[in-house]
Amino acid sequence: MALLEIRGVGKTFRTLRALDGVDIDVMAGTFHGLIGPNGSGKSTLLKAIAGAHVADSGTIVFEGRDITRATPYERARAGLSLKFQITAVLPELSVYDNVLLAMQSAETLPRLLFSLSRRALDGEVTGLLERFRLIDRADDLAGELSHGQQQWLEIAMALALRPKLLLLDEPTGGMSPEERRVTGELLEPIKAHCALIIVEHDLHFIRDICDRLTVLDQGKVLDQGDVEAIQRSPKVQQVFTTRV
Amino acid sequence: MAEPTGTRVRSGSRVPRRVLPYVEGAALVLAVIVPVVLGDRTDLVTLATNVLILSFLAISFDLCWGLSGIMSFGQALFFGVAGYVIALVGRDLEFSEIWGTLPLAMLAGLVLAGLFAAFLLLGRKPPTTIFVALGTLTGSYAAERLVSGWQYVGAGNGLSSIKLLKIGDYEFVEGTAFYFLALSLLVLIYAGARFLKRSQLGLVLAGMRQNEERLAFFGYRVQLFKAVVFSLAGLVAGLGGALYSYHQGFIGPGNMGPGLSTTAVLYCLLGGSGTLIGPVFGAVTVEVLSYVLSDLDALKPIWPVILGLILLAVVMFQPKGILGLVVSDRERIGSYGRRRKER
Repeated sequence: MALLEIRGVGKTFRTLRALDGVDIDVMAGTFHGLIGPNGSGKSTLLKAIAGAHVADSGTIVFEGRDITRATPYERARAGLSLKFQITAVLPELSVYDNVLLAMQSAETLPRLLFSLSRRALDGEVTGLLERFRLIDRADDLAGELSHGQQQWLEIAMALALRPKLLLLDEPTGGMSPEERRVTGELLEPIKAHCALIIVEHDLHFIRDICDRLTVLDQGKVLDQGDVEAIQRSPKVQQVFTTRV
Repeated sequence: MAEPTGTRVRSGSRVPRRVLPYVEGAALVLAVIVPVVLGDRTDLVTLATNVLILSFLAISFDLCWGLSGIMSFGQALFFGVAGYVIALVGRDLEFSEIWGTLPLAMLAGLVLAGLFAAFLLLGRKPPTTIFVALGTLTGSYAAERLVSGWQYVGAGNGLSSIKLLKIGDYEFVEGTAFYFLALSLLVLIYAGARFLKRSQLGLVLAGMRQNEERLAFFGYRVQLFKAVVFSLAGLVAGLGGALYSYHQGFIGPGNMGPGLSTTAVLYCLLGGSGTLIGPVFGAVTVEVLSYVLSDLDALKPIWPVILGLILLAVVMFQPKGILGLVVSDRERIGSYGRRRKER
């Protein structure tokens, strides 16, 4: 059974049909890329999965549970975690506190009030910061980080929720080629415990890390399959040579 | 190893030294010696006690706005209702024992604020700041109007000759004993609020103030957290309201209306929101200035205007309040994890 089953999902903004009958299956432990021209509905679909938008039609089933109308809070509790396209770190909190805030979200209110998990989580927070090369900036304000570091912090925060499915919206936007390569390396180890849906314009990056691709065009699924099949797809080649 | 590019930012910046503990310590020492310094000036001890009691209201508002981003323009409602509750218990049940009435006042504030929170904050969609501000303002205004026309609670005249607060046979009258009672309770409430602010829950509140939506995507029930803090703020205001009733021997409609609610906002803005001690300084400043200006013959007719201008100037030119002069943003917001060596 697929970890995430999307069936006939549609979303309209006034007169714009942003998503139109989208069907996608995402299996556990796979990296799934969403590609397509600007305005094809990639970010809208990601937001509909995470709960930032509610789909007008169709169903989104996560681990057998229909989450189509669930709130972002309920989806996060179910194991979905979103990294926004525009970095949304909490700029007035330290880098460490940003990750701690994400990591402690499963705690109950009394445990938070009495700070019962602060020490227990310290090792995990520190480990994530070390992995994402932010440990030297742990005490600095998140707003003081460079753009690339903020992107890494966002991914670290999204992973701090221990998600079963991570949704990344343009995680390498504004990064140098070397930073993109490192970002790919940072993501690779999560495959053991977490599936990934990634929206990205950098096709080389997508090709290097993803197992499967879905190509969207004008809100519809144009094609989907493994990376090699998509690269050979005449329909996809036509769209990318004429409209991208 | 790749070092992300983009705007070069300072690396390894150090956390500024904390000054709030020193300010809090100095304030406590000052508060303890005030009655000693004032000696037999009972009018000034009464003023000082009144300031301490109004500080409960100031802390209550800071819990809402400074810590949680809830703009409440009705915090006096919980203050006033609790004051009425203990006045009625004294009048109708002839009961004013401290062990029963003060917890009752806190419970009244907690429950009433909880009901408001359920209505204003716990809907399916997150409410806007304006909705909550207008909702609390309306509640405060409606309660004031309701009480003004209700004979059972004294209508516009309020309730006077309130039974004195007691422990066994000892009765608290205006003066040093009442001052230290109010100070002890204020220190306890302050310590509790400070504990909350510095806890992991305080980190959630700090995050909520910056980006509520982001926290929902982390899996936090943001509105529930707000409702809990709002209810606790109601408890604090309720305790203050009870002390006010006992100390003044009077409670009236104005003690739950928008006038006093707005004054609590001023305490906070003037002293420095989010610092807890700042709003206490704000209460001291406003009340002492009011007392001094209203006592000067030359200024008697215009002292409210002068006070208003002073407050306006502070809010315009020092928006972080008096404490903003010495407390950094970093310290005001708080730090919850590891800290590098301070400078």
